[in-house]
Amino acid sequence: MIKLETIDWLLLVIYFGFVLGIGWWLKRSIRTSNDFFLSGRAIPAWVAGLAFMSANLGAQEVIGMAASGAKYGMATSHFYWVGAIPAMIFLAIFMMPFYYGSKARSVPEYLRLRFDEKTRAFNALSFAVMTIMSSGISMYAMGLLLNLLLGWDFNLSMWICAGIVLVYILLGGLTSAIYNEVLQFFLIVFGFAPLVILGLHDVGGWEGLRSGLERVALDQGYAAGAWSDSWRYLGSTSQNPMGVEWFGLVMGLGFVLSFGYWCTDFLIVQRAMAADSMQSARRAPLVAAVPKMLFPFLVIVPGMIAISLVHNGGSLALPSKLDGSPNYDLVIPVMLGHYFPNGLLGLGLTALIASFMSGMAGNVTAFNTVWTNDIYQPYLRPNATDAGLLWMGRAATVVGVLLSLAAAYLAASFNNIMDVLQLVFAFINAPLFATFLLGMFWRRANGHGAFFGLVAGTACAAIHHGLTLPAHAVAGIKGGWLAMLHQYPSEMAQNFWTAIFAFSGCLVVTVFVSLMTHIPERAGLRGLVYSETPRITDESGPWITRTATLGCAALLAAVMLNLIVW
Amino acid sequence: MKLDIRWPIGILFLTFGALIGGYGLLKPVPGAGSVVANINFLWGIVLAAFGGVMAILASVSGRRT
Repeated sequence: MIKLETIDWLLLVIYFGFVLGIGWWLKRSIRTSNDFFLSGRAIPAWVAGLAFMSANLGAQEVIGMAASGAKYGMATSHFYWVGAIPAMIFLAIFMMPFYYGSKARSVPEYLRLRFDEKTRAFNALSFAVMTIMSSGISMYAMGLLLNLLLGWDFNLSMWICAGIVLVYILLGGLTSAIYNEVLQFFLIVFGFAPLVILGLHDVGGWEGLRSGLERVALDQGYAAGAWSDSWRYLGSTSQNPMGVEWFGLVMGLGFVLSFGYWCTDFLIVQRAMAADSMQSARRAPLVAAVPKMLFPFLVIVPGMIAISLVHNGGSLALPSKLDGSPNYDLVIPVMLGHYFPNGLLGLGLTALIASFMSGMAGNVTAFNTVWTNDIYQPYLRPNATDAGLLWMGRAATVVGVLLSLAAAYLAASFNNIMDVLQLVFAFINAPLFATFLLGMFWRRANGHGAFFGLVAGTACAAIHHGLTLPAHAVAGIKGGWLAMLHQYPSEMAQNFWTAIFAFSGCLVVTVFVSLMTHIPERAGLRGLVYSETPRITDESGPWITRTATLGCAALLAAVMLNLIVW
Repeated sequence: MKLDIRWPIGILFLTFGALIGGYGLLKPVPGAGSVVANINFLWGIVLAAFGGVMAILASVSGRRT
């Protein structure tokens, strides 16, 4: 167990004071529901961009990616350079003009403008449930981690962090969440960077790490570079520890899952929609793409260092799970305890807690907006005044935090709730991208097509999941609950193909039903569909500063990074 | 009045830098498992430098507006 000293506590208390102080300072700028839910659309591009990046920096990101780094090695970088950057660029160049230009307050509201009420209701309800579950699981993971490592009381640490998040969102709304996310972003960077520096120093630099990982790979029956190269062993599923091949990876992760998440998840898109201009909104994902590109070195490399040290008889030891396998989820906390002396330890711990709080705040602000604007106002109180909406936004924040805590206790009671949530994500998010793709770029798509496409996509995901099973898994929550038609070498391969089936099912049914039913009126599609919207002309500056140019530069940088660790 | 987020970032990092760096001077312990001398002091300087840059940028931007 890690032992904290006064200096570590002091840093933690100061950080808590700052996040609350930011909320208190911003309280005076919250006068309307627009200020509360959309920051009055006054956030500069760099702040919106870093918040865009930080809203995704929850516990799953920091803890999970380090764990994957240990388990799968450099191939985990695909979640960044293939599974994030291209989608972020696509959002900036092609989709943001519709989100921002339509003046919709949320992603479900865009669906209402483009399609109809039932499509919006489907998305709003499923999204609200997902944010609460996701936020709750993040809180549960934090409580468990702090209890395991520091011996802190599970309930107390969870309630204190949830209470702080609640207060700063209540005071300053989305602006407060965004500003704190930017602060948390820098804390995470400066809190974890010394871990990489000290760890690499310990294993003999990059070359030392590569040679340590060679032994990890060879001992497990893979080629020497299986842990340190990202693409070289994707020719077949048996050549890499992830158990995936290049087509499943590119289509499943790089296209469906990645575009489904980065381009349609309101939790992320909300940050860019709060920007002060169309240009800033389009730049926000590109600003985020820069740190996102470099984050593998901050969160994946520590996992690779840890497995190298553990495997090669180093001084680091990872605790085991009940089944005797190493608990990779503890890579970051164990390394913090191993490398950081008190002082720096307080900073690392603050960064870790900041990542949990940032994830929770992102979910709660997305929940209060969708609840108030897409469920409460249209269905429960159509004539609500702006003051009424502001009040409801604050009430939804309190309820959102309480429901998150309830979800955290639910997660503590059921050991397979995380698997259920992963499934729900795959079932709901994957088909949604097909709906948006057709909605924004095919004017013939209509509300009936979109709704039945979403239902069919979700059904396709469920059927595929019910007929397949990953290797070494038992039929049930992991799949195979209908029959056993195909076995995947890994859970990840099954996830990627579930997403591909969900997307394809939604695409085909949306097209078919749209062609069989009414043609949408052209007049109602202006600003919502590519062919019916005037091209953006707000980029009067030099070509080098234009969104498309910056997007191409970011894409080129991502390609280069892929080639470096090929 | 809107808050320039660079102010709280700058102040927080200057404070953290001073505290961690100062602690490193008082209790010079190298990071475990490494030969990096007094990581607290070194990283404290890095944090304070970053905080200083943020505070200067906020100050310059404030004067312009």
